[in-house]
Amino acid sequence: MTTKAVLEVRDLNVRYNTSAGPIHAVSEVSFDVFGDEVFGIAGESGCGKSTLIRALLRLLSPNGICESAVISFKGHDLRTMPDREFRKDILWREISLVPQSAMNSLNPVYRVGAQIVEAIRAHRRCTRATARERVAELFDVVGLQADLMDSYPHEFSGGMRQRAMIAMALALDPALIIMDEPTTGLDVLVQERILRRIRKIRDAIASSIILITHDIAVIAEMCDRIAVMYGGRFMEQARSLDLFESPHHPYTLGLKNAFPSIHAVGAELISIPGFPPGLIGPQTSCPFEPRCPFRIERCATETPQPVTITEQHEIRCFRSAEAESLRELAKSKATWHCSN
Amino acid sequence: MALFELKNVNRHFEIRPGLVSRVLHRHPTRWIKAVEALNLTLEEDEVLGIAGESGCGKSTTCMMIAGLAPPTAGEIHYRGKRVDNLEGEALRRHRRHVQMIFQDPYESLNPRFRVFDIVAEGPRAMALWPERGIGTRVADILFAVGLEPGKYNARFPHELSGGERQRVGIASALVMEPETVIADEPLSMLDVSIRAGILDLLRGLAQERHFSCIYVSHDLSILGNIADRLLVMYLGQAVEIGPLKQVIRAPKHPYTRALIGAVPVPDPRYRRPIPRISGDIARPIDPPPGCRFAPRCPYADASCRKTFLGLDTSDPLHHQAACHRLEQITDDDI
Amino acid sequence: MRGVGEHYRIIHANRLSRIGFWIIVGFLTVAVFAPWIAPHGPWEMLFVDGRIASLRPPSWAFPVGTTHLGYDLFSQLVLATRTTVIIGGVSGLISILIGANIGLIAGYYGGKIDEILMRFTDILYGMPFLPFIIVLIALFGRKLEYVILAIVLIIWRTSARVIRAQTISIRQRQFITAAKARGCSDLRIIYRHILPNVLPLLLLYASFNIAWSIITEASASFLGFGDGETISWGGMLYELWLSGKTRVAWWWFAAPSICIVLLVTSLVFVSRAYEEVANPRLRKR
Ligand SMILES: Nc1ncnc2c1ncn2[C@@H]1O[C@H](COP(=O)(O)OP(=O)(O)OP(=O)(O)O)[C@@H](O)[C@H]1O
Ligand SMILES: Nc1ncnc2c1ncn2[C@@H]1O[C@H](COP(=O)(O)OP(=O)(O)OP(=O)(O)O)[C@@H](O)[C@H]1O
Ligand code: SF4
Ligand SMILES: [Mg+2]
Ligand SMILES: [Mg+2]
Repeated sequence: MTTKAVLEVRDLNVRYNTSAGPIHAVSEVSFDVFGDEVFGIAGESGCGKSTLIRALLRLLSPNGICESAVISFKGHDLRTMPDREFRKDILWREISLVPQSAMNSLNPVYRVGAQIVEAIRAHRRCTRATARERVAELFDVVGLQADLMDSYPHEFSGGMRQRAMIAMALALDPALIIMDEPTTGLDVLVQERILRRIRKIRDAIASSIILITHDIAVIAEMCDRIAVMYGGRFMEQARSLDLFESPHHPYTLGLKNAFPSIHAVGAELISIPGFPPGLIGPQTSCPFEPRCPFRIERCATETPQPVTITEQHEIRCFRSAEAESLRELAKSKATWHCSN
Repeated sequence: MALFELKNVNRHFEIRPGLVSRVLHRHPTRWIKAVEALNLTLEEDEVLGIAGESGCGKSTTCMMIAGLAPPTAGEIHYRGKRVDNLEGEALRRHRRHVQMIFQDPYESLNPRFRVFDIVAEGPRAMALWPERGIGTRVADILFAVGLEPGKYNARFPHELSGGERQRVGIASALVMEPETVIADEPLSMLDVSIRAGILDLLRGLAQERHFSCIYVSHDLSILGNIADRLLVMYLGQAVEIGPLKQVIRAPKHPYTRALIGAVPVPDPRYRRPIPRISGDIARPIDPPPGCRFAPRCPYADASCRKTFLGLDTSDPLHHQAACHRLEQITDDDI
Repeated sequence: MRGVGEHYRIIHANRLSRIGFWIIVGFLTVAVFAPWIAPHGPWEMLFVDGRIASLRPPSWAFPVGTTHLGYDLFSQLVLATRTTVIIGGVSGLISILIGANIGLIAGYYGGKIDEILMRFTDILYGMPFLPFIIVLIALFGRKLEYVILAIVLIIWRTSARVIRAQTISIRQRQFITAAKARGCSDLRIIYRHILPNVLPLLLLYASFNIAWSIITEASASFLGFGDGETISWGGMLYELWLSGKTRVAWWWFAAPSICIVLLVTSLVFVSRAYEEVANPRLRKR
């Protein structure tokens, strides 16, 4: 891992204007992605993960407004770069995306292979035949037969469409690959194979990856560093070993409890009771406060700021010093389901 | 009596090569045998899990059971009545009892409908309750899947996150109060805590209303949490079926063994063993007779390539695998 | 469903369509208040100093000039706007109504129904407009209703084809399968689930159809097949032609022509705004 940041984001905020008031989908998010590393983002459904990356790639829907202090990619300031240049030089060529809607991102009226060939030729001078060869190569990486190139998207299963989009994202050897829930439709064998091949590619072309997934096992397997997001904020950010061995934030503790394991068939899962936060209007408390079994008075009136625990381990919680004892308490179901 | 019974059900798709290659190369028509000779029962009050490789025909099976795609051969019976050939009004009435949750939440919600209308559409179309009753039921079910009605009712699908869309899909199936729910990867975009909540909801409904459920997932740990029985498919064939705990603890078929061996573990130090099965993910295009796993199977021999051993559905609790070489497979081989 | 506000936003997203929109609103206002705006009747002979005000160029008294028989062209123009708006509106709307329904039904059901409806459309494609309207008028006489009928019969076919194609592609989307699974009937799927998704395209073709009806009506009247009792822009040009003063009276030629071009272009601009919604690939550029 090199120490130079490929992507540097500081203080990113996104809000959606709706008739019910602004929804603060992402608040005060800062992070770096270093060369050659896999950065994972985990968090509850609706906490702002996709919004965050759509904001980086300028793909927000028209009611979304993004403000930030710094977004710098390989030294380019992405905030001020003109749209045209961004589309031509950055998107796909330098930063590619496997969107969460991957199953539905292919145009239904064109053959799958032709769409990827077009995408390649839009950014790189090459003949159709070379581009097709490249697609065949990529199809092999994601475990699709080359003859599937001439099929239409509706002839693919959900997982096959998703794999086609992963192939498309790898097509131009980008420096940063962003994958939003890339494995939702894949069985574990195919998933294992694809992740193994992606790691290999990553090593070969030295690109970095941002991986968004709710699947903690995939995060554990793939990521060098992990951010845990809740209510639009990064609640905990750490190297993955640190996060798994000494999680600090109460939400991370809850998340670990609710994860089912195949090795304990039928074991009861401890879920975190309550609803995700509303995100409407300004935030004046810890977003996790209403559901947190460890909340103290201060949590309801103040938003915790990031505290550094050890090198590269940051959390937003007022009780960060007591992590040890909270961790013990969090293991019991009573902690989560009675105190609330 | 079984609620659903599938007898030798097939679904084949014709591949039509492009016009040019049809004229120039005279490609013969080829067939994708997405589901082949499937025998299956779904008992009352049970949750049947289906797992299998991507592209193995899980969604196709679901669509056939839900009455949304007719089988190209074979019969489907529901409470002893044949339903695969229903048409028109009879089909519409049958569909009310069998609700499907679709795999892709980005494709299965009408982009021009608001959340409330998406969920209310089924009850309205079927005139199940008066409008007021529909309103309260929709609100209840949205609340139950963790979408506060006040906040989400008026949103369009493009204003929702992936997991929120998925829950709208779940709500719109459950609001119909079906007898059978066919859930195709319903929770794949949800984080574990919301998942646990919805699994609780499904389990609660199953007990309260006696409904049965077919639950497709690639995530064996979720299946382990909800299913009573597990069916494992490979390239359109049913390869193993049995009570869930037995299948997961003592898988018999070499494919199931590989699948269970490859389940990731939430531990950054753990590295999944590289699976022993070789070869590429295949497609069921004009497959030869015999076991379709044979080309990748370390145990395959001549008999495997010749015939396929079907599964016997007479006893749902019988754990069995469609494999010729079960005796040759030893435990330390996974 | 989109609210009024959304249509306002679509139209106002783009300068040309905004201008077009207000021009259309202007013509509509004129059409509604035509009898009060027009100072004279359409065929009222005007006199200046006891002589027929024949072929006067535009001036304060006659803002658009006069014809050789001393009719006030401004009044004619204003009154003709009403005819044009009625013909354009009615035949445009009827034709989109027919076209949309046939397109939706053919596209949704496919198979035999599609085959029959589309063959029928093909036959109409083979039908040339002029002989058709000549026969119609020979049979029934020069009446507004028949002009409208002739226009409708000629222009619905394109919208039917386009809407059919769109319906076919929407029919295959999974949310339609989902609607079926929830127990929606065919009609409900067509009108509640598919229609809103073809709506932008439908509005696009509605404005095209209106523009086409206006042009068609003008050509028909210019050729003398319009309704003789009502004044229309095409009819004004027809009278100019009959008078043989084409080379002299430029204003007589310019006024109705500019109106036709202005209204038709405005309609096209507004439809372009809908085209961007109907066809998201344009929007990305
Ligand atoms: N266009 C929009 N208008 C209004 N609200 C929106 C819009 N897009 C997203 N949201 C809201 O913003 C929040 C964050 O959405 P986002 O898609 O980023 O979630 P996510 O973390 O990716 O969730 P998931 O894991 O379910 O995909 C959600 O509560 C969502 O409802
Ligand atoms: N309309 C179609 N035309 C041709 N082939 C099809 C069609 N629909 C599905 N198939 C093929 O049938 C096979 C089974 O598809 P299906 O969608 O049932 O898979 P699946 O098990 O649901 O996979 P996944 O887990 O990836 O969603 C695939 O090989 C697919 O390519
Ligand atoms: S800041 Fe307070 S409410 Fe928030 S997570 Fe920490 S203890 Fe819980
Ligand atoms: Mg998302
Ligand atoms: Mg599927």
